[in-house]
Amino acid sequence: MCSLEKRGNLFILILTGQNGEHRLNPNLFSSIISAISRAKAESTRGSALVTVSHGKFFCNGFDLDWVNAAGSDEETQKRFNLLLDYLKQLVLAFISLPMPTIAAVSGHATAGGVVVALCHDYVLMRRHRSVLYMIDLDLGIKIPEPFMALFRAKISGSARRDLLLRGLKIKGEEALKMGIVEAVYDGEEEVTNAGIKMADDLAKRTWHGDFYAEIRRGLYSELCDILGIASTPIATPKL
Amino acid sequence: MCSLEKRGNLFILTLTGQNVEHRLNPEVLSSIISALSRAKAESTRGSALVTVSHGKFFCNGFDLDWVNATGSKQEAQQRFDYSLDCLTQLVQAFISLPMPTVAAVNGHAAAAGVVIPLCHDYVVMRRDRGVLYVNDLEMGLKIPELYMAFFRAKTSGWALRDLVLRGLKIKGEELLKMGIMDAVYDGEEGVINAGMKMADDLARRKWDGEVYAEIRKGLYSEFCGMLGIASKAIGTPKL
Repeated sequence: MCSLEKRGNLFILILTGQNGEHRLNPNLFSSIISAISRAKAESTRGSALVTVSHGKFFCNGFDLDWVNAAGSDEETQKRFNLLLDYLKQLVLAFISLPMPTIAAVSGHATAGGVVVALCHDYVLMRRHRSVLYMIDLDLGIKIPEPFMALFRAKISGSARRDLLLRGLKIKGEEALKMGIVEAVYDGEEEVTNAGIKMADDLAKRTWHGDFYAEIRRGLYSELCDILGIASTPIATPKL
Repeated sequence: MCSLEKRGNLFILTLTGQNVEHRLNPEVLSSIISALSRAKAESTRGSALVTVSHGKFFCNGFDLDWVNATGSKQEAQQRFDYSLDCLTQLVQAFISLPMPTVAAVNGHAAAAGVVIPLCHDYVVMRRDRGVLYVNDLEMGLKIPELYMAFFRAKTSGWALRDLVLRGLKIKGEELLKMGIMDAVYDGEEGVINAGMKMADDLARRKWDGEVYAEIRKGLYSEFCGMLGIASKAIGTPKL
């Protein structure tokens, strides 16, 4: 599932469970969404969140075993659609979170797992032993619109095409060149520590979480329109 | 306030006044809007405009002394909102100007001041001095929806995030990497001369100003849509 640890001003979300693959099923989704709610409830100025994992995978996408264990084709489709709904809720929760967020991607991220990583304001990655793989094309699965809007907001030009339309397993250095990740590190410990340090540096700016989240939503205007997240009116400036 | 000089086909708009910070209040903004109206009235094929300033600042944002010099918080808010309205009119004037525009940024531009260089088609900046600083987050201000659309028209992905969500004072070289600046030069004279030369080169193309402005509006389609100044269809193409 996941665990949420508080360390000073930092919230550390650790993805666990599912035989190390941290695959997304209703349990893991609910657990992450709850953790984000808790972080939101306990947030103050100068909060920040970093998401980490251990082992071979950051997040290997949807739990297709669970999806396919349904009785019929119809049930299978229903389960898949449920996971899509959960993923939408997760994206919503992350982009509304009133604090800077960082994903320290120390293992592989596939499909939905890439979406989870990209919901964060900053992504750090391991140089080796970690790829971003939008496997959807290879599996013959369409990428639904809300998530396309997320990719459009985050990544531009040929990088976006290469991530979505080329079936590539993108390693750290390449992801850095493509502007998808902020920095790469050797080793799981290094990238995790770098994530924590970056969260700490951003937390020290003691920004107002509400303003932070509002400005962040402006980066995702199209996505917010699709998800029906209206912007709140401008507060009185403290001049 | 500002001065407008005509040199051959070039209009040279110089930002002045306000204790070298060239801060914006309704009077200054009206003065710049008038200058742009004059340029528009006198424009021909092969016109171009370059905006320059001298000294430490290009434009340091709104004149907060003026905003705060009132009896009440309510009136201060009114003055702020009025300044914002005047700024929006200025942006509209720049976007509708029927000629190429170049900003030669020789000094710091902060807050609302960042909008001024970015309303130009091309921005050249000093390498050795001057930063762009979108400090709304630091000040606890939300960036109005309209201006988020403006920034989205200019940049995207990680560059957009770094511009508005990171409280960074961004130098010329970095802005170049972000695709926000077109070139950097050393020294005030260096950047101003480069700005003029660029405007001159663009003027030589002798483009139809009305067509130029309409195509330009298409680059800011979302922003123009919000302001109700969307591109109108051009008449029969002369093929």
